[in-house]
Amino acid sequence: MSLAIFSIGLLGTVCGLGLGWAAKSLRAETDPIVDRIDRLLPQTQCGKCNFKGCRPYAEAIAAGQAEINQCPPGGEAGIRALADLLGREPLPLNPANGLEKPAAVAVIDELVCIGCTLCIEACPVDAILGATKQMHTVIAAECTGCELCLPPCPVDCIVMEIPEAIDRRRRPRPALAAGAS
Amino acid sequence: MQDSAVERARNAGKRLFHFHGGLRLHHHKQASCQVAVQSVAIPPRLYIPLMQHAGPEATPLVGTGAHVLKGEPVARFNEPSIGYVHAPTSGTIAAIARQAITHPSGLEGLCVVLKPDGLDRWTRLQPMEHWQSADPELIRQRLCESGIVGLGGAVFPTSRKVEEARNFGIHTLILNGAECEPYISCDEMLMREQPDKVVLGALILQKAVAAEQVIIAIEDQMEEVFSALQAAISNADCTHMRLVKVRTIYPEGGEKQLIQVLTGLEIPAGCRPPELGLLCQNVATAAAVAEAVTEGKPLVQRIVTVTGNGVKRPHNLLALIGTPISTLVDACGGYTHDAARLVLGGPLMGYALASDQNPVIKAANCILVLSNRDIQSDQAEMPCIRCGECARVCPALLLPQTLNWQIRNDLLDDASDSGLGECIECGCCDYVCPSHIPLAEWFRFGKSEHQLLAMERSQSNLARDRYLAREARLEQLKQDRERRLGEKKQALRDRTSVTGGTMGQGPA
Amino acid sequence: MNRKFTTGAAPHLPPISTVGEVMRQVLYALCPGVIAYTWFFGTGILLQILLATGFALLFETLMLKLRQQPVALFLNDWSAVVTAVLFALCLPPLAPWWIACVGMFFAIVMAKHLYGGLGHNVFNPAMVGYAVVLISFPQAMTQWLPPISIAPTDIGFLDGLWAILSGQPPAGMTWDAITRATPLDTIRTSVASGQTIAEARQLQTFGDLGGRGWEWIANGFAAGGIWLMWRRVISWQVPTAMIGSVIVLGLAGYLLDPGSNPSPLEHVFSGAIVLGAFFIATDPVSGCTSPRGRLIFGAGVGILTLMIRRWGAYPDGVAFAVLVMNMAAPLIDRYTRPRIYGG
Ligand code: SF4
Ligand code: SF4
Ligand code: SF4
Repeated sequence: MSLAIFSIGLLGTVCGLGLGWAAKSLRAETDPIVDRIDRLLPQTQCGKCNFKGCRPYAEAIAAGQAEINQCPPGGEAGIRALADLLGREPLPLNPANGLEKPAAVAVIDELVCIGCTLCIEACPVDAILGATKQMHTVIAAECTGCELCLPPCPVDCIVMEIPEAIDRRRRPRPALAAGAS
Repeated sequence: MQDSAVERARNAGKRLFHFHGGLRLHHHKQASCQVAVQSVAIPPRLYIPLMQHAGPEATPLVGTGAHVLKGEPVARFNEPSIGYVHAPTSGTIAAIARQAITHPSGLEGLCVVLKPDGLDRWTRLQPMEHWQSADPELIRQRLCESGIVGLGGAVFPTSRKVEEARNFGIHTLILNGAECEPYISCDEMLMREQPDKVVLGALILQKAVAAEQVIIAIEDQMEEVFSALQAAISNADCTHMRLVKVRTIYPEGGEKQLIQVLTGLEIPAGCRPPELGLLCQNVATAAAVAEAVTEGKPLVQRIVTVTGNGVKRPHNLLALIGTPISTLVDACGGYTHDAARLVLGGPLMGYALASDQNPVIKAANCILVLSNRDIQSDQAEMPCIRCGECARVCPALLLPQTLNWQIRNDLLDDASDSGLGECIECGCCDYVCPSHIPLAEWFRFGKSEHQLLAMERSQSNLARDRYLAREARLEQLKQDRERRLGEKKQALRDRTSVTGGTMGQGPA
Repeated sequence: MNRKFTTGAAPHLPPISTVGEVMRQVLYALCPGVIAYTWFFGTGILLQILLATGFALLFETLMLKLRQQPVALFLNDWSAVVTAVLFALCLPPLAPWWIACVGMFFAIVMAKHLYGGLGHNVFNPAMVGYAVVLISFPQAMTQWLPPISIAPTDIGFLDGLWAILSGQPPAGMTWDAITRATPLDTIRTSVASGQTIAEARQLQTFGDLGGRGWEWIANGFAAGGIWLMWRRVISWQVPTAMIGSVIVLGLAGYLLDPGSNPSPLEHVFSGAIVLGAFFIATDPVSGCTSPRGRLIFGAGVGILTLMIRRWGAYPDGVAFAVLVMNMAAPLIDRYTRPRIYGG
């Protein structure tokens, strides 16, 4: 009897030590949770989530101060990714924050632009080029489509356009067959 | 790239190797190679798409109503080393409008609509008389101006390829005449009818990239081609040009597969053949190069195979770029009663077109009209039974069933790790799958999704960096302002204490 | 004229085979073995095949309806029939009808459809069914007949039918009188009682290589299997690795102790090794897919079978070996992924 207790105890100790060692030395290095959340956010920096940008929203999610369904540019897919990462159930996008729509870029009608620089100040990623009383233009490759430049424009000369090249490259998802899952 | 690999590549064609998998297919070429290539009459309208390859559309250089001569540029690409779009015949510009273009997406694109005047008058041509002694850079520029692109189907601008090749230093130029897809015979007919032009083009390309040797690879069943080219090579009296027969097995004519057969080397992921000192060009491209350099003619026409059970008299036709496909089919006697599918390209890699009003483009090597019995299958798609047939035939050594599963479950990164990027979309796996899973289509979808994902990621990384930089800048500005404010206050205080503080000079 | 054309993804070629065709070829390949079986052991086995097929199709239809899948499409794939025939070939020829019923229930309903149907089952359905009935009905599952040529009484077709439907021995006979231990059983009991294998082999149930009659059945299955390999319906790796490992391991045991270990040929030609190597372990769905993985899978089945034969509680172990290896298959596949082009 005492032998049994002793050997099981010994076994337990050895296994425990082994596990402890493994947990320490084999642990996968991971980035802080805020970084990982931030990586899943679209970086549109639009503020629709009620935070000043994606990073602050990521910090709020990590601190448990925000739900995961407040980012319209990320959409359903983004929410699913966040839910996966955080081990939660996906929620439908909160309509109070806005609706999911196709990615677009801002385009300034250069004939109408009066060069007021208001949009430049509004752009969260410095994607608008211009100077006072000079025509402004949007660097399409750097525009995130956040729409923050639309309201400040006094002459309403900025519109959102959906770049067509993307459509051409995107192929339709093949149809799922009845039997295949 | 290691020198040993380059050294092996230098021995290309001395010994033949195998690649994994592949299919032996019924080649169905007989129907279209019985008769000589014929020209198609100039149609009442030509539709010349301004998007001809990956990348943005060309910018029109002419306006509606302008009269242009054959070979005159009508649009220009804005990127370096891609040249112009040329008028295929003389006539007036009827419109520049959005039209259905011949593209897998089926979307519309900008086209120059040309109303031919029927005279087919060339613009002033400027042949390069002494290309043998010309600066290779001038030859490259000529290819660029003449709008020469790879005519094997990839339509990559040739001058770009030449430029890249020169940067790496090429020892062997491979001319790809192994037209391995069933039904297509345009290259075979070209090599039979104009072997001298092919050889001449090869010599010009060799000069342009300063290659030591040229290998022309053809399939072992092309007997007539072999003797024709043999004769042309000895006529041209070039000792550094060799004709190599390779097995007739699909997809032997794929660039990577052909290189593997000739050298035994695989191109590592992310590398391109020039890094091994190899440059691959299609034989039709070589012929176009010859015309551009020695005759000064830009690329405005090509040989198109029109074949399949759906056309009455399969033929190879010489058609102007922009000719509607229906005109070509009419020249072949029209459709048979059971024509059901119109394919641009071969049966394994071509894409189906919904309408025959689409124009012939530079990539159009074959118009394949199939009847219902050519395409119907007697079983709907079923789940994968993991039989492994797909992996057995995959020339890229992939496990298509795994890729298929990963893509269906949106595991695009995993799929990319499993080698999705190496898939050449040859369709071998698809063809042998007993469950009739549209594997190749899933892979094309997966590749485009992964590409877009990567693009989105790099864009969002860029946006993050710019956002953080802006935040930091704003923060810095704020601090600067505060510091300046503080300094001013401090200075003021200092001053007031000096003057006894009675002057009442508060900050404004 | 503005013609409209059908659209669809490349390749624009009629596919070269269907799942049904693959499965039907497996069935054709089983014919020589089944004919030999009938020749040596009577028509009972044909009845078992019919019974099992009937139950399999019944359960398959039922489950497809329940799962709202296209019934005609999936019945046409013949996979349920293959499962049924493989299962039936493992039964004693006169096993009562409800064995086929229970076995097919577990094979088709539990092992196949509850896992997601064709292509999704983790375990080989036929072997799941067989393992269940073997464990649940040990008595009925050991009532094997001797070959007709040495049988004390002649059991006709109607006698067999009666026995299967009633679960009773044919009129006027007892189970003890008509059944006989299989060669593998005989070896096991005689070794356990201290005899050497050479002594045991004096019995009539043994032939030149394996059991009398059994060796010809094995030849029949091998012929069919080689045809399948030639037709490329099955890969060469699994059968080769499995039979190869049996021969190597069997030879090692035989050289160490010929008294208690049968010769390698004896191993191969008795029991279900040949059937298993060509028809059971080659089931693509529950096996490995990469070529190297298939070699490991086949060798694993062979080695486990011999271990079960030598040390396990059952005389033959192909079914359990296959089931164990099914569990390992995804892991093996993971570690034997082939090199990618250019990698
Ligand atoms: S809503 Fe806008 S700012 Fe907020 S996380 Fe989404 S993209 Fe970023
Ligand atoms: S060929 Fe089809 S059924 Fe066979 S493994 Fe590949 S995808 Fe699956
Ligand atoms: S389509 Fe891709 S996966 Fe399929 S055989 Fe060709 S290369 Fe392999």
